Amino acid sequence: MNIILAFCCGLLAATGTYMLLRRSFVKLVIGLALLSHAANLLIYIVASPLLGRPPLVRAGETQPPAPFADPLPGALILTAIVISFGVVAFTIVLIKRTYEEIGTDDLDQMTSTDRDLC
Amino acid sequence: MLIALPVLIPMLGAALCLLFWGRSRPQAVLALASTASMLAASVWILFGVRDGTILTLNFGGWQAPFGITFVADLFGAIMVTLGAIVGLAVMAFSVGASDRLRASSGHYPLSLTLLAAVSGAFLTGDLFNLYVWFELMLLSSFVLLTLGGERGQLEGAIKYVTLNLLSSMLFLMAIGLIYGTVGTLNMADLARRIDDLQDPKLATLLATLLLVSFGIKAGAFPFFFWLPASYHTPPPAVSALFSGLLTKVGVYAIIRVLSLIFDQEWSLLGDVVLVVAGLTMVTGVLGAIVQNDMRRILSFHIVSQIGYMLMGLGIAIGLVGSLGASSPIAVLAMSGAVFYIFHHIIVKANLFLISGAVLITTGSTNLKEVNGLAKSHPFLSMLFLISSMSLAGIPILSGFWAKFVLVRGGLEAGSYTIVLVSLAVSLLTLYSMTKIWTQVFWGEPDDLKSPPLDRRTKAWVYSPIAGMCVLTICIGIGAESSARLALDAAEQLLDSSRYIDAVFDGASAQIGDAP
Repeated sequence: MNIILAFCCGLLAATGTYMLLRRSFVKLVIGLALLSHAANLLIYIVASPLLGRPPLVRAGETQPPAPFADPLPGALILTAIVISFGVVAFTIVLIKRTYEEIGTDDLDQMTSTDRDLC
Repeated sequence: MLIALPVLIPMLGAALCLLFWGRSRPQAVLALASTASMLAASVWILFGVRDGTILTLNFGGWQAPFGITFVADLFGAIMVTLGAIVGLAVMAFSVGASDRLRASSGHYPLSLTLLAAVSGAFLTGDLFNLYVWFELMLLSSFVLLTLGGERGQLEGAIKYVTLNLLSSMLFLMAIGLIYGTVGTLNMADLARRIDDLQDPKLATLLATLLLVSFGIKAGAFPFFFWLPASYHTPPPAVSALFSGLLTKVGVYAIIRVLSLIFDQEWSLLGDVVLVVAGLTMVTGVLGAIVQNDMRRILSFHIVSQIGYMLMGLGIAIGLVGSLGASSPIAVLAMSGAVFYIFHHIIVKANLFLISGAVLITTGSTNLKEVNGLAKSHPFLSMLFLISSMSLAGIPILSGFWAKFVLVRGGLEAGSYTIVLVSLAVSLLTLYSMTKIWTQVFWGEPDDLKSPPLDRRTKAWVYSPIAGMCVLTICIGIGAESSARLALDAAEQLLDSSRYIDAVFDGASAQIGDAP
């Protein structure tokens, strides 16, 4: 199971990087989204998930029966998902506005801030 | 509770600002009031930690390492205070300089959330919490950068957003790997347990991943491209806020993580940090030389100055690797880095404010379009002269002492190459400051395109600049006590056991013992 997930994570990261390197902005955003998925999946994998062992404490006990899955990575991933959702939403609006303003979706056309204006 | 105030006050201010959406005056009053009280709270914290105590706060009563911990040591307190100073100056400047549309919509609440996030990043003792503050800081800065939606802003923002998000992903991956291998994210707990790793190479990998991610945020070589592409595009108040704080959060994170957690990797990483520092200085200053716009020149100088801070860190951790943490030379070099950061935050934010004042008085910051300000605006010119000379490191101003401590640390440590590079770079810095001076301030004044500023605007624009100039002179004249403060902060940084003890003080909590 973990090995499959590890391959998925690698695939997501590789595809994300490839997309980031394209010249179109839409692909840039897709790349960023994929990379954030890769990061989230990575947290899940390295914390070695245990299937079917939820960390639930039975009545009258103080600890869940070992071995139990660590709930913290889930919380971390949830936070990270919410954050990356917000960020990707912002980026989509940004590229829409930029497209309206500049009239191209080619990153290589966006050189006015790097060029000396005089 | 006290040490959460620098985060809570601006947050509350931002929330209140939202109630006055569309009205610039009440928002400005709220912003000024909350940055002023944030400054008061952080100075209070600074006095609380001045004698070497480290204040901690466990949120919700959850003992470290289970809950989120806030830790204020001397370095963190200094940084928070500087953040509040820059915040207050920028807010005052915005009252005079912001256009009506920006001032009445998002400018004040977003600047306040940015300040809250920056203080959070300086105070947190938890790696994942640091990530959350980083993201909050980034999101506020994204919107501040694009607010207004001019072409240059949008183009700059795409570059800024992409590279900074990439850095956050790397940070998040590093956090995942650290949690998976060490099993904790509390920085003090990490510092205790990182030595238990089976494979020491893993620690090197984790440290490198964090170093790359924070390096992007700090604008270190070779990851600085987003900075000069975007910092000159937003309104002057925003670029001053960014220039003073954002990259320094990256530098702070590098210093914190390397000094606290990865102290086993030092002998190896010291050389890497030194090489990066040298290259950052040189590429930054060379980039600045060819520019013809005041704000672009200053943006490249940020990059070059980041190199100086990394130089102090590099020398210190290289030495600790061979001589041990109590080596006085290492403490000296590290104090150079701390001193440099606090000199730099004030001077650089002020130079950006001055370039903003030039922009609103003349309508341009291009060196070829603005002339003769020394005759038409002698007071502004004098303020620029003080700040730029301080940046270049002319004696009695703060920059001289900051460089002096660094160079002395470098010489005593025998790192002659980096000292030579840093001295050459400061000559080039002086060159590009004189270039601005001769082209913008000397010569015959042009006919100004924009109408002269009214008295009220002038007062709001000039008073924060003058205040920051007085600060840089005070740091220069009172160099003794500033240097002592930096030395104490550096000593505390290099002795990570004090930080760890403070976090776990009285909290020898057993698992399951938390309320």
